[in-house]
Formats: sequence, structure tokens, C-alpha cells
Amino acid sequence: MIPAQFDYVKPSSLEEAVRALASDEDAKVIAGGQSLLPLLRLRFAYPSVLVDLAGLDALRSVTDNGSSIEIGALVTHYELTRDPLIAAHAGLLTEAAGTIADPAVRHRGTIGGALSHGDAAGDLPAVVTALDADLVITGPSGSRVLKPGDFFSDYLTTALAPDEILTAIRVPKLSGWGYAYEKFNVTAQAWAIVGVAAAVRRENGQVAEARVGLTNMGSVPVRASAAEAAAAGADASPAALAAAGARADEGTNPPEDLRAAADYRRHLARVLTGRALTAAAGLS
Amino acid sequence: MTAIGETPAEVGKARVRKEDARLITGQTNWTDNITLPGLAHVAFLRSPHAHARITRVDVSEARNAPGVFAAFTGQDVKDEQGSLPCAWPVSEDMILPDHPAMAVDTVRYGGEIVAAVVARDRYAAADAIELIDVDYEELEPVLDMREAIKPGAVKVHAEGNKSYTWELANGDLGAAFNDAPIVLDRVYRQQRLIPAAMEPRSVVCAPVGDEYTMWSATQVPHILRLMLAMVTGIPEQSLRVIAPDVGGGFGSKLQVTAEEVLALLLAKRLGRPVKWTESRSEGNVAVHHGRDQIQHIRLAADADGRIRGLDVDLLADMGAYLMLVTPGVPILGAFMFNAIYKMDAYRFNCTGVFTTKTPTDAYRGAGRPEATYAIEHIMDDLAAHLGVDPLEIRERNWIKHEEFPYDTIAGLTYDSGNYEAATARARELFNYEGLRKEQSERISASSPVRLGVGVSTYTEMCGLAPSRVLGSLSYGAGGWEHASVRMLATGKVEVVTGSSAHGQGHETAWSQIVADQLGVAFEDVRVLHGDTQVSPKGLDTYGSRSLTVGGTALVLACGKVREKAKAIAAHMLEVSPEDLEWTGGRWAVRGDPDQGKNLAEITLATFAAHDLPDGVEPSLDSDATYDPDNFSFPHGTHLCAVDVDTETGRVKIRSYVAVDDIGHVINPLIVDGQVHGGLAQGIAQALYEEAAYDDSGNLVTASLADYLIPSAADLPSFVTDRTETPSTGNPLGVKGVGEAGTIASTPAVVNAIIDALRPFGVTDVEMPCTPERVWRAINEAKGGAR
Repeated sequence: MIPAQFDYVKPSSLEEAVRALASDEDAKVIAGGQSLLPLLRLRFAYPSVLVDLAGLDALRSVTDNGSSIEIGALVTHYELTRDPLIAAHAGLLTEAAGTIADPAVRHRGTIGGALSHGDAAGDLPAVVTALDADLVITGPSGSRVLKPGDFFSDYLTTALAPDEILTAIRVPKLSGWGYAYEKFNVTAQAWAIVGVAAAVRRENGQVAEARVGLTNMGSVPVRASAAEAAAAGADASPAALAAAGARADEGTNPPEDLRAAADYRRHLARVLTGRALTAAAGLS
Repeated sequence: MTAIGETPAEVGKARVRKEDARLITGQTNWTDNITLPGLAHVAFLRSPHAHARITRVDVSEARNAPGVFAAFTGQDVKDEQGSLPCAWPVSEDMILPDHPAMAVDTVRYGGEIVAAVVARDRYAAADAIELIDVDYEELEPVLDMREAIKPGAVKVHAEGNKSYTWELANGDLGAAFNDAPIVLDRVYRQQRLIPAAMEPRSVVCAPVGDEYTMWSATQVPHILRLMLAMVTGIPEQSLRVIAPDVGGGFGSKLQVTAEEVLALLLAKRLGRPVKWTESRSEGNVAVHHGRDQIQHIRLAADADGRIRGLDVDLLADMGAYLMLVTPGVPILGAFMFNAIYKMDAYRFNCTGVFTTKTPTDAYRGAGRPEATYAIEHIMDDLAAHLGVDPLEIRERNWIKHEEFPYDTIAGLTYDSGNYEAATARARELFNYEGLRKEQSERISASSPVRLGVGVSTYTEMCGLAPSRVLGSLSYGAGGWEHASVRMLATGKVEVVTGSSAHGQGHETAWSQIVADQLGVAFEDVRVLHGDTQVSPKGLDTYGSRSLTVGGTALVLACGKVREKAKAIAAHMLEVSPEDLEWTGGRWAVRGDPDQGKNLAEITLATFAAHDLPDGVEPSLDSDATYDPDNFSFPHGTHLCAVDVDTETGRVKIRSYVAVDDIGHVINPLIVDGQVHGGLAQGIAQALYEEAAYDDSGNLVTASLADYLIPSAADLPSFVTDRTETPSTGNPLGVKGVGEAGTIASTPAVVNAIIDALRPFGVTDVEMPCTPERVWRAINEAKGGAR
């Protein structure tokens, strides 16, 4: 990698990190580097200083908050796949994290970095969207909490101010819910053409509640609201859930790129949502 | 000819490769690891446009940037850079445009070099590149071969967009097609591919006085030295080229590149060593690409499916320039479209077309994968047309094992082969009948996941090549190979081969051959290669030639060692040479085996030279240069089963059986590795890889995030097996295996996909068969959304 020149600081506290960001408008946070390094390598980004969060050990923990699990921003994708608390209460994250890129990337990449990068083609944004997680942000004037719908604002853009850091993700415990992440990519290491993160709560042979987050179906991760509504109250049967899934692309504006045309993405979203709901309902 | 002794045979053993320990533990020097005192680093500015006139290049700011020693434009080097070489002028009237290493006034593809910076490190060089100011006057790109050859098309070169037309014909094609009960007329497309060797290209060039040493990640140190001399005018004897350990090539390093020529010129100008190493994204635009053909193929057959004639018209994309063997690559296919089949008439016609894309050249298989894909695809179409099993239609047409040697319609003589045996073995390993049964059950059940079975009964030509044949094809060099055997005083052996390995495992396989030929221990053989000062004669490694040609040279050189040793042994034993026989590393008296001298004893006596026969020189060292009489013809039967999810278009390879007949096997472990890698690369063409350009002529797959190369996670466990029909053309009975897997697998996979979808009316899916393309093919066949 032959990037342009940059300075480097490695703060030992969150306050120090925020100060470093606030003091230089071209400063950029680096965590695992799996999104930033490609940009530096291709000289698409010219940060003046990299603020390395590696010294902030407080951001590496996973804790049980009672009704939610709090995941530090520096928790790696690999750790997401191995953490017992996350597996017990937010298995959708466990499953989706295991599909990210390859083992080398999973060992370096962090959940905070993946979300802050704001890539709608990434897997975790759709998952936290489906789970309606709280995203905890720290800046010079303290902390604030955003919902995914407010955090992801546009293509590769989030509501993070240049001097703010995403520090933690609070994922509500979904007791008794089933879940599935249907990722559709051409090779194992490739980004999803479309991904569907689904969580389903069954009650008396019916689907009581469903949540569906879509990967790469717009400039930001989106909820498949029409499919969620159609699934709620439907029979817990593959046919009924396929029918609900068939509404997944309503209200979406999927991209056209090298990998897929928009109509194909819409089709995949419909098919895969049906499959994800069916799997989440424990029917496949 | 061979004299395999009584010592346990090394040939045939699955030896772990000698070279691997150092390669995988960092105990070696790749070119980019080489550092020299005063080493300067080169970075290149490349054209962002597919086609443009350069009106101004300003490097003044770059020259003044920190750490920069010099910066150059095309104007600065135009008088000494010559033209990059093309060694294969396939026809007398071929258009061979000037190919400057650094563009002077026009750029013809995105990625062409426009300026160079030499600096104290790579970072300073890359920073300075950003300070160069270039004014371009954009011209229209030329991206579509069919459009490019129409009158009035924008010209890539003033001489026109058609480089050449080359034809081969045999038999009465008119008679074959007139009143033929079946005529199939198809157009297939070979997409453009990027070779993507594991090690990116890298070159270091160091001047010492008027002499130059170049280290390069190249497949062809010998050809490179010769061509550098011809291009730059620096005398050949003043150039030394070293290919250190090289991490793969697949043809992409069978090249004399702009970067190599410029490294030499810059080292000469500055009088200091320079290094350039490409990044992956730089490599994707600047390393020559592979394939890219539009294949129009017509097949005439009798009502029973017997082939009467084959008519092939190719458009082959040369890209912007002709590189080392660019025009010859599609022509190698001329001899392979007829494949293993008998027919009465054949015509092959190829037009090489210039476009404003990266130049194409050899890529694993070079001409043969393209031909094999087309013929194996249309054979499946013929089977479907007749409602006959695809293996049955092949059997009706292939050359029977008792018909060898067989003179093909394309003018080659296949020396040996047994298609029946390989096919029978593949059927058995694949459970062909069981899968066919499951396939019909799924069709009956209207299953959304269909099963497809793909067949590829390929052959190929390798062991490049008889020099006389190359001459008749206007190739600029011969096809011989050289080997030297040096007997060291301690009885150890140094072997020098002109066939420069870049991942093939020569050090291991060559040691096995020498161990048997001379009766020495495997461990006692050291193999040297890849340095024009150490191995001055050679024609390098490509076209699966190393073993058939280089291995034979080695066997011949070993034979000369034995003969020299025989005369000296006879003298030592005070017997006549006629009374001696070679018994596994030892010359012994016939009928009195206790009386003998082993090679180590003879070698030591030769070294001491105290008592040698009169007129015998004190050396057993021997050289041999071997020019083959014929190509070799590996063949085999590959069977592939795929699950096709018709709801999404996803294809999953369920099982893959490769039965290859590559003649005798020196090292089965190396062969399996070659087959596995070849299959992965051929499957990648079928399913994943494509160098794609946008309408402006930008390569949109310039990174590996966009150019999808499969990993182990995407591939099935391969079942590989072999039948052994020895080549009769060389003493080892070997045929070559470097490209077979790639050649065979692409049609096996695509045929399997189409086989799964034929019930819907699908007859073709363009490569790569991405999920979206498969889904659309199903929809179109059903008359739905396109």
C-alpha cells in the first residue's frame, strides 16, 4: 500500500480521541482499517491524520445490559461470531458477521468501523437496522444515541460529525425470536448483491412480528416494511412467508452496478426475503 | 532410450516439492524483496483515457518534489525506447503498429504509460506522480470488435483496425455443408480475462558500467534478454536477466513489457539501480489480458450425428497493440477446434482486431481453451438436437484408440490417445447414470433447483514446439530446450535447465528424473534455472512445454553423462566398453556384476584425471538441446454436475470429476496441484471472471473487489484420476499438464448449466454465467422479463 502522507496518533482515552478529531477537520478515525485502507491505497482519501482507536480497550467489550447487549465499537467481526452473549441474544449478528469477506478481514474489521463506513452493501448495517439497535455516539459535547434509520443518511454517509465516534451498539435482546441472514453474493469474498436480515417471532402457529433489513437495496440499509407488515399475522408457512417476501422491494430504490441491474435486485430481494422469513420462522 | 536402473524409481513418487519450504517461509527473494545500494524507485503515470491525443505533459513540478531524482515523459525517451516486440507476425501483410513503451503523442488504452518518476522510495515516487499535469484531447474509444472492422469506424491505428486475417482449410467444406441433414450455426463469446498471478510484476535493473543486470518476475528470462537487446540496442552480452523465484504467470509473464524496457532505460540514464513493482489495480489494467473472442462456429452433420464439416470464423481482440505473441494466440486454436473428432472438411478463419483496450496475449491455454469451449459446446448442442446423450454423440465421432497415430483434419498428427478409457473411468467415478436419473426426477417434480450434467472430452496440443512447425507459422523463434548436467567431484549433481519455472515445481520433478537417469539420490540433485548467466541457453516456460521438451533435453544430457562415464569405467575396470551394462547408477561387467564402478567413483576418477584413457577429456559434464518432432496431446474426460437455483440463477458445482491422460506421471502430487489450479481457473472463466469496460472504455474491474476470483470456499472438492497412454514422441512418455485443467473445465461447467436449463428452452448462457445471466436466460426462454 502506497498511500499519501498522513500523521498518526493513538489516543489512550476516548476524550483524547475526540479532541484529536476536533482539532483537525481532515482527521479520520481508523479502527480495523478494512474499509479505510482500500481508500488510502487507491488514494481516494487524503486524511491529514489518522486517529487510531486501538488504544481504547474500553470499546472492546460485550456486556449484558439487561434488556439489551452492548457491543463496543472495536469488537471485531470474528469476535461477533464467537461471543456467547451475542450468540444467545443477538444471533442474527453472529450469523451475518460470519459471512463478511474472509477470515483475514473478519479478524481485523470491527463492527463500529463497518457501521461508520455507512456502506449499504455491507452486511452489518442491514442487521442493526433490522434489530433496531441503538447506536451510541460520543463527541466533544458528550454522547447521543441514534436509531439506524437516522444514523445512515446516504451512500457511504452517516450522521456522524467529523469529530464524533461511534462507540457502542446496543442491540435489544430478542428472546424467543428466530432469525436468518440470507446473503446472496457471487463469490464468498464478494459483497452481497442483496442481503436479507430477518427476525421472526412466532405465536400459536402464526407470525406475530417480523423485522426485515435489506442489504444493498438502496443508498442506505432499509427495512422491508411492506413485507414485515404482510408477515405479521400470517400463517407460519413457507407459502405465506414467500408471499410476504414478495413485497420486500416495495419502496426500495436499488442500485444498478456491475454485479446486478435494479430489476434483478428487486427480484432477489423478494425471493430471498421469503427464504429468510421462512428460515427465521424455523420452517426450513 | 532411458535406462532406469534397479534403484527404486523416483519417477512416479508423490514427492513433496523441494522448493516449497523456502517459498512459504519467506526464505527466498521475490523480485520486490531485492534491495541494492542506492536503489531508486520508479512509479508510472498511466492514461485515465481509453483513447486520447496527448497535447502536453508537464513533469516540472514532479521533478522538484521531495525525494525525486528524475521524471520523464514519452518525448524524453522516444529516441531510445524503440518499439515493444511482437515475435509472431502471423501473416506477411499483418499490421504491426509501433508500440512505444511510454506513449509519445497518443494513448490507446486506459493504463498506458504516459510519464515516469524515479525517486528515493515508492512513496515519494507515488506522491510526485500526482503532481504531473497532462493535457489530453479525448478521442472516441473503440470497444466493439464488430463495429471496429466496419468501414468508417474510428481507427485505433492509422493503418486500420484489422491487424490480420489468417485461414486454414482442409477438405471440401461446400460438399460437407451442402445437403447436410443437420447444420448448427452458433455464436459464442469468450470474455476478456485478467491473468492475476499471485505475485504482481516487479523488475529491478542495475547498471554496472555498460552492463546491466535485470531481475524480473518473468516466465521468460532468455527471451527477455534477447528482446531487450533488440529493442534497446544494448548488446546481448552486456545484459543478464535473472528470474528469481517467480509467483505464477499463467502466460501474463510470457511478455516483454513496457515496464521492463523502461526500467532498463531509466537505470541507464541515471546510472543507478531502479525498481518498479506494480500494485494489483495497476496490474489489472496494465498486465496483458487473455481470451476475448467472438466465435462463429458452424457444424454440419449427418442424421446420425456424424460430423461432416466444421466452419469457424473468429474475431479476436488484440487490444491496442500487438505484444510478444498476441496475434498467434488465437491461431493456436486453429489446430484444436476439430478436437478429438473425425470430420471430412474444416475451415478456420481468424481476424485480429484492434480496440482501445489493454492488449491481449497468452493466458493459460492460449488458443486451446477458446477452441475447446466452442467445439465442446456445439457437440452438446448437436447431442441435444438429436436427443442423444452427449457422451454418445462424442463416441460416434471421436478417434478410436486403435486409429492412432491419427492425422487430423487440421494437419496435426496425434501420436497416441485413448478417449474410450478416460471416458469410461470418468463415468464410473462420476456416477453418470445415477445423476442422469436424479436429473429426470427433478424435472418431473418441477423442482426449482435443477441438476445439470456437463461433459468435456478435450484434447490439447502442448510441448511447444517443433521449431520447423513454429517456423511454418511465422513464429520468430524455435521451440527447442536445453539442459546441462554437471557432475561434481563428490558425486553430487547440478542440473541446469533452460526452462524457467515460476511455480511448476521443476526443482522437484527434474531431481526425480535425474535420480533415475543417473542412479543418484533425489537429495543429491540441485536444479538451477532462471538466470541467463547460469543457464545461458533456454526458451523458458509456457505452453506446457517444460517436461516434454525440457525434460527430454535433460534425459538426453544424462544419457551423454552415462556414455562418457562408460568409457572411463571400462578403462578403470580394464575391460572393453562393450562388456559393460548400466545397472542403476553403476557400470558393471556383463555376467560379472561384482565388477563395476558406480557413478560417484567414476566421477571422482574423472575429476582427479590421473589415469584417463587417451584422448578422453576429464569431464562427465554434458549438454543437450532437444527439438521435438511433434507436439504432445494430453486428453481426458471431465464431468461436472451443477445445481441451478432457477429462482435466483445461482449455480453451485455439486461434483466435478477430472480424468486426464497426460501420459507418464513424474510426480502425482505436482500433477494434482496443476489440475486443481487449472480447474479453478477454468471454472472461474465459466462462472466468475470478466474484465469489463464501461462505454467510455474504462476498465471497471480494476480491483479484485470487482474482478471476482474464486477462492477455495467457492469450489467443490475435485475428484481427479488419470489414465496413462504414454506419448510416443519423447523418451519419458510425458505429455504436459500445465494447462489441461483450464482447457477442459470451462466447457464442462457451462455445458452443465445449459444441460440443466434445456428443459426451459435455454440453449446458451454467455460467460461468465453469473446468477443474473442465468436468471435472465431462464426468463427469456420462458418468454418473460429479459
